[in-house]
Amino acid sequence: MKYLMLINAALDADGAPTGCSTPEDWMLFDKSLKESGVYVAGNSLADFTTAAAVRVDERGERIVTDGPFAESREVLGGYFVVDVPDFDVALDWAARCPGARDGGSIVVRPLASYGD
Amino acid sequence: MPERAADASIEMVFREERGLLLAALVRRFGDLDLAEEVTSEAIEAALVRWPVDGVPPKPGAWLMTTARRKAVDRLRRDQAYAARLAVLQVEADRAAPAPSPDGELPDERLQLFFTCAHPALPAEDRTALTLRCLAGLTTPEVARAFLVPSATMGKRIVRAKNRIRMARIPFRVPDADELPGRLPGVLQVVYSIFTEGYAASSGPDLQRLDLAEEAIRLARILRRLLPAEREVAGLLALMLLVHARRDARTGRDGDLVLLDDQDRGRWDRAMIEEGAALVVAALTGGPPGLYGVQAAIAALHDEAPDVASTDWPQIVALYDVLRGLAPSPVVELNRAVAVAMRDGPAAGLALLDALSDEPRLREYSPFPAARGDLLSRLGRLTEAASAYRDALALAGTEPERAHLRRRLTECSTP
Repeated sequence: MKYLMLINAALDADGAPTGCSTPEDWMLFDKSLKESGVYVAGNSLADFTTAAAVRVDERGERIVTDGPFAESREVLGGYFVVDVPDFDVALDWAARCPGARDGGSIVVRPLASYGD
Repeated sequence: MPERAADASIEMVFREERGLLLAALVRRFGDLDLAEEVTSEAIEAALVRWPVDGVPPKPGAWLMTTARRKAVDRLRRDQAYAARLAVLQVEADRAAPAPSPDGELPDERLQLFFTCAHPALPAEDRTALTLRCLAGLTTPEVARAFLVPSATMGKRIVRAKNRIRMARIPFRVPDADELPGRLPGVLQVVYSIFTEGYAASSGPDLQRLDLAEEAIRLARILRRLLPAEREVAGLLALMLLVHARRDARTGRDGDLVLLDDQDRGRWDRAMIEEGAALVVAALTGGPPGLYGVQAAIAALHDEAPDVASTDWPQIVALYDVLRGLAPSPVVELNRAVAVAMRDGPAAGLALLDALSDEPRLREYSPFPAARGDLLSRLGRLTEAASAYRDALALAGTEPERAHLRRRLTECSTP
């Protein structure tokens, strides 16, 4: 069963991520996901100030605004997709992710399977 | 109608069997819905057959065989369902234990406890599922426990089961290294069932004993399944030691009788003895746990012949341990009351007044009620009356309000 792990970083008062994990921490985590065969996909996102949101209104007009995160205390910093036997195993991997520390959180969501 | 009475007692027997059977079927088929469906069908079949054919020599095995046959039938009828479950079953079989040689059901309920109390489920769903799947209550009974319409509870249980299936929350006992993180969640569910039963937060009756007794029954099951876990012993001890006072806690008209005024001759001595023995088990062999310490406090109350000769210094010392384990304004409130008993009402009142800015106590009726009590003992009756009026506005049950009104009258007419 596949699960999406959304990596949310906490922001300090100046809007900078509070995390203090190092690139080595992330490389180690990435490596252990791949070596245990559960890794499906994963990416880290560029700085959230580069984000834009697109909506199309009822007249078909395109409305582009800058990132919707200005007021947010947390920002999506990346994601992984893992394939594991059950929810508890997914939660175990989330707990090992460096992004779960320093005020950050990992939201774990099962991918819908339409075979049901 | 003797037949109906016989049916009722058979259903009570099934309440215990139900959880065992359900857990074994969940283990086998990896699906709570299917397991529930065929558990009910097997019990219905037993209700029809046993009065005619007699109770089989191994009732558990009979029920299991019947339920399994019905599950296989269902899977044959519904191929898509079967295909989906097949994936799960491979994994369930891998973990399945060998059948016991006497053909009786192995007790698989522990894994079901952990599934029902899974932290990914909302707290209310955990309690509802535990009552439904492990206590064996019917959906209308669970609905009554929550004071919600049956249809609402039915929907909530279906939603919770869907959540377990869609997220694939597993049916398994956490490994030894995860257990300390997960067991408190299971104990919390059982304790919340107890506290709801003991002091119903709303409604006309102060106590709903059936819920308290269900919680004790669930804790007994956990105690058998996890004999080495001291906090399980502590939780069971705490509930027994509190429940032992049930008869003395309400007066003739269903009104609340406080600990001070209870007729201690009506306390259940056998239950106190059982609880006290469990306190010893809970507090030996390691650092004290939350439930163990609370049980020790309850034991000191239960073993004292009256309020005055209660070992208040020891109770204050236990609250000191408790505030170290789990600091909270409610613990501080209870400690302040114990200090008032040890050192006099003025000392207790000073501690209470230091808590008056606590947001969590602002809407908590025992806080102004305790202030009212200490103020009236100090002879400050006008302030006491005002505190009792605050408590009255917050109290959730009618017996609690009746008690506060009596205290208020005592302050107003010295």
